Amino acid sequence: MEPIHSIRSRTVVIASTNIDTDQLMPARFLTTTTREGLGKHLFADWRYDAAGQPIPSFILNQPEAVGCQILVAGRNIGCGSSREHAPWGLYDYGFRAVISTEIADIFRNNSLKNGLVPVVVDEATHAWLLANPGVEITVDLEARVLRLPDGREVSFPIESFARYCLLNGVDETGYLLSQIPAIEAYEARVGA
Amino acid sequence: MTATTLFEKIWRAHEVVAETADTPAVLYIDLHLTHEVTSPQAYSMLRERGLRVRRTDRTLATMDHSTPTDADQLFGRIPIKLESAAKQVSQLEKNCAEFGVELFAVGSPHRGIVHVIGPELGATQPGKTIVCGDSHTSTHGAFGALAFGIGTTEVGHVLATQCLLQRKAKSLAVNVEGTLPAGVTAKDLVLAIIRKLGVSGGTGSVIEYRGSTIRALSMDERMTVCNMSIEAGARAGLIAPDETTFAYLKGRPRAPQGTAWDEAVAQWRTLVSDEGATFDREIHIDASTLAPMITYGTHPGMSVALDEAIPAQGDAVYHKALAYMGLTAGQTMLGQPVQVVFLGSCTNGRLSDIEAAAALLRGRKVAPGVQFLVVPGSDAIKREAEAKGLDLIFKEAGADWREAGCSMCLGMNGDTVAKGAYCVSTSNRNFEGRQGVGSRTLLASPATAVAAAVAGVVADARQLT
Ligand code: SF4
Repeated sequence: MEPIHSIRSRTVVIASTNIDTDQLMPARFLTTTTREGLGKHLFADWRYDAAGQPIPSFILNQPEAVGCQILVAGRNIGCGSSREHAPWGLYDYGFRAVISTEIADIFRNNSLKNGLVPVVVDEATHAWLLANPGVEITVDLEARVLRLPDGREVSFPIESFARYCLLNGVDETGYLLSQIPAIEAYEARVGA
Repeated sequence: MTATTLFEKIWRAHEVVAETADTPAVLYIDLHLTHEVTSPQAYSMLRERGLRVRRTDRTLATMDHSTPTDADQLFGRIPIKLESAAKQVSQLEKNCAEFGVELFAVGSPHRGIVHVIGPELGATQPGKTIVCGDSHTSTHGAFGALAFGIGTTEVGHVLATQCLLQRKAKSLAVNVEGTLPAGVTAKDLVLAIIRKLGVSGGTGSVIEYRGSTIRALSMDERMTVCNMSIEAGARAGLIAPDETTFAYLKGRPRAPQGTAWDEAVAQWRTLVSDEGATFDREIHIDASTLAPMITYGTHPGMSVALDEAIPAQGDAVYHKALAYMGLTAGQTMLGQPVQVVFLGSCTNGRLSDIEAAAALLRGRKVAPGVQFLVVPGSDAIKREAEAKGLDLIFKEAGADWREAGCSMCLGMNGDTVAKGAYCVSTSNRNFEGRQGVGSRTLLASPATAVAAAVAGVVADARQLT
């Protein structure tokens, strides 16, 4: 995995609350057996009409969304299904951070493991971001702060080990594998 | 000794390495359930790194999500219509054979929805840690197991190490007291709980369902409740094991036998939250005030009693949801025409659900123009129901009796609801498009589903004539 220190980008705003992972990646695209190429299906039912044509009013079909790496979403994004296809799709599309006031547990976990930084902010900052789509902001993972255009810095919480892994491009699988002696000792102790 | 919660007890017993400020805990997983949708990329990771499945004896696989429920397709008499689904199923067969994982493939008498077969086999047991690449793994918490859904990267972690990196969740007690009124089911109870908590009210928490109402529920009913914990955002739902749990498990193929059984039960009896244990948060529900519930919106928290008006106040997103559903604030759900009724899923596809539905349907007919799909949660349930002649009741009424699987719970196996059509569904999610592009899902109990199938509109099963 590539190390991530900070992400500077314009934002895309999708203000709906409770954007579930079925919206991020509808079930019919889950029959894939690889992780790649899911970006084209991201938000498929909001993005394309029944004939598969882009719906012009949807933000991801508008020119200003091109190249944006930060998604600002309504409260409680990522609820519902545990499908990792949702963060895979967001990452493949080009997103590197998701900002909201609440981010659902499994989706947040899955995001952290795929180079997508989940950023939980307070209501006021969120309201400002929703009201100012397309602004250029910085998600500074190193400093754990969000930098707004007026120079304001808003700190955000992030699990320390996941942050370490993102900053260093370390993946958690390697760390867990290094724990095998402890795992073997546990198994011997409890008779597992 | 300080008073400890059930969650805390199970957590501590599985700590391989305790958490620190810098590192999460390494948590041991006793049972890993897998299925075709969320495992292929995990097996690819094993291959890329030259790893094996560390504990094949703690890993089970089934196929349920993308398998067709049409017998001809399922048993290969005609090709599976969805080519990508067929490929995913054969990929699972290949992966399980290569890595030595026990698979309940098509034709196996144990195949079924992953959260139905674990308990059915007796593999789901009190005190265990159980994970699956599936958010409804919370179902297994009904047995007093710490069970939660994980992503595919974590499926890879468990396959490779039998462990997960985890931060300890908060604890949330949902206390339910009182007797459920006649005709009010476990499904109605959990819909009421989710409405009260909100769809993110349980985020970061493990719920323990407690109180006299919970103690009085059967195992099937407890599973219905725990199943939907995730719909309130919770990581897991737990119910302390008791005589009901032990009676359910006794004699099941994977449950301990003989003296091992007695030892296990003695240990399981310690799996309760101690008197005086504190929870990070508690809520209280009076079961005696509840009524049959149904959802009207696009998340499981948007529910009303059948005769209750859809709330009028709400933000733009709320009104967008109502517009998607084609419903109006102020109306009640009773009398709303429906085109499809789905009885099944890991929430309500168990034998007792099918029995309750059959008892109501006996001697009645499915309304003209309504498709009523009945899908048992597992092959074993299908066989048991058929042995009791329940399939005939459904068939004679004009319902469609299918092979086991996830079916119409999610639109990826060929069973879908048409755009704009209303489906009363006993499943757990009413998200936009969950049952097919443009589908409109009304979540309810098996009883309410049968009432709708017979009336052709949303109806109250207590008033079926
Ligand atoms: S029945 Fe539905 S909720 Fe349950 S495992 Fe299958 S798809 Fe998931």
